[in-house]
Amino acid sequence: MTVVESTTQVTLGGARGGPDLPTLREDRWWIQPVVTVSILTAFVIYSTWAAFQNRFYAVGYTTDSLFGKAHELISPFYSPCLTTHCDAGSIGFHIGTASWLSPALLILIFPLGFRMTCYYYRRSYYRAFWWAPPACAVSDAHASYSGETRFPLIIQNVHRYFFYFGLVFNALLTYDAVRSFHMVGGGGWGVSVGAIVLSINATLLWLYSLSCHACRHLCGGQVKSFKEHPIRHKLWKFVTPLNAKHMQFAWISLFFVAFTDIYVRLVASGAWTDFKLF
Amino acid sequence: MGDVTLRVWRGDASGGDFENYTLPQGEGEVVLDVIHRIQATEAPDLACRWNCKAGKCGSCAVEINGQPRLMCMTRMDTLPEGTVTVTPMKTFPIIRDLVTDVSFNYAMAERVPALLPPPMPKGGYRMFQEDVERSQEFRKCIECFMCQDVCHVIRDHEENKQHYAGPRFFIRYAELEMHPLDTNDRRDLVREDMGLGYCNITKCCTEVCPEHIKITDNAIIPLKERVVDAHYDPVAWLGRKIRRKTKVSAADAAVQPLP
Repeated sequence: MTVVESTTQVTLGGARGGPDLPTLREDRWWIQPVVTVSILTAFVIYSTWAAFQNRFYAVGYTTDSLFGKAHELISPFYSPCLTTHCDAGSIGFHIGTASWLSPALLILIFPLGFRMTCYYYRRSYYRAFWWAPPACAVSDAHASYSGETRFPLIIQNVHRYFFYFGLVFNALLTYDAVRSFHMVGGGGWGVSVGAIVLSINATLLWLYSLSCHACRHLCGGQVKSFKEHPIRHKLWKFVTPLNAKHMQFAWISLFFVAFTDIYVRLVASGAWTDFKLF
Repeated sequence: MGDVTLRVWRGDASGGDFENYTLPQGEGEVVLDVIHRIQATEAPDLACRWNCKAGKCGSCAVEINGQPRLMCMTRMDTLPEGTVTVTPMKTFPIIRDLVTDVSFNYAMAERVPALLPPPMPKGGYRMFQEDVERSQEFRKCIECFMCQDVCHVIRDHEENKQHYAGPRFFIRYAELEMHPLDTNDRRDLVREDMGLGYCNITKCCTEVCPEHIKITDNAIIPLKERVVDAHYDPVAWLGRKIRRKTKVSAADAAVQPLP
């Protein structure tokens, strides 16, 4: 055994060709960062406002449903309801009793952490907010760069744990979606617009989670040989096409989770009626 | 057909400037055709690399209108109206005109620890189709080094060249890590000495790849996740302890078998 050292030297600091300009691109490369900043800022502002509202997040409840006390609809920002003062019927791990404490403030840490450490969103906000770089072949805005090798960005490596928490929340939101098909006031099972909205929301969040790169790795990406792990190979083959659509699921699920909260908020405040379809 | 104007960077390490060349437009021409006509008519000393004219050798990589492209695969009629700007790849030192010194990449290639298979079993090595297919994509690389050129980690920060392998070599590391016959463990190596953590997944390498290799999704992120397995995941650490598996240090991973 022998250690091979590189014999070709890396030339550092050699004169570069081309003009000393941040970019020679003349296309509209700035559109993508502007759109990303606009959408993510709008979402952060809305979700912060919604999290501090601490009201109008659930609609109706009944005591004779299959599941005991059940909300007809609950906002994904407030599920599960973690405080004792929230509307009746929530799944009970009541860890807060202060009336000022919005359950959303405790809940949103996890989906927010999942999205903040998501490989797709990292690409988007590094480009749009941090300008490292703002677009391909456009100079980044920083004199030095250490990437994700140091604190705080080295924390991005916890992504898979937020993925695990995300699965728990997806299960809870699926439970909420199933409950939403049980109508208020002993109306039995039925389909309302709100039930469809909650179901689509849960489905999109599952698609976003299952298409995650950490999920793909944990399903089978980490094995050396697919031949020796046929089940994990099948799982990997299932999530790989989803992974190719991760960007689309990331944006659609982001829009829809906000839309679901808006819908429930409108119904809960009386500004809108949740129409029963059948 | 009208005329085309190319604004070409002319110069060497001592300096340079743009020079404009206006020629009649030819039907179905690519940028390399126009460069060749400039060489044949107005500037026989214009330096550029080219070889296959079919997008398979990677020699003619330059920057066209500020973005890394292969000259032989960029049709003139797909570019916006007006002057077309052609410059050498920005990340590498210039030699002359459109020719750059890409030896940084050869230095990084030499640092990749080779495949380390187990002792030959009776009947020889066997590799199954599903394992072959997985890394087949990475073998499409033509080493044009446009992914290295566009990567801002070295494009905008020259000092990082000392400790950053770059996307082209991350796909090589990924290919070896996913090879069922390889016994080497390069996770410490890519983290500590090859600068995997510098990559912030902006996917520019994927965007410019002429072979459409999903460099970020299929190589860099899987490598990052393998590094998480080795360094940032206490559950994986516990699993290794229980199964008495060890990971290999960066220094050990660099050990090569004798020929």
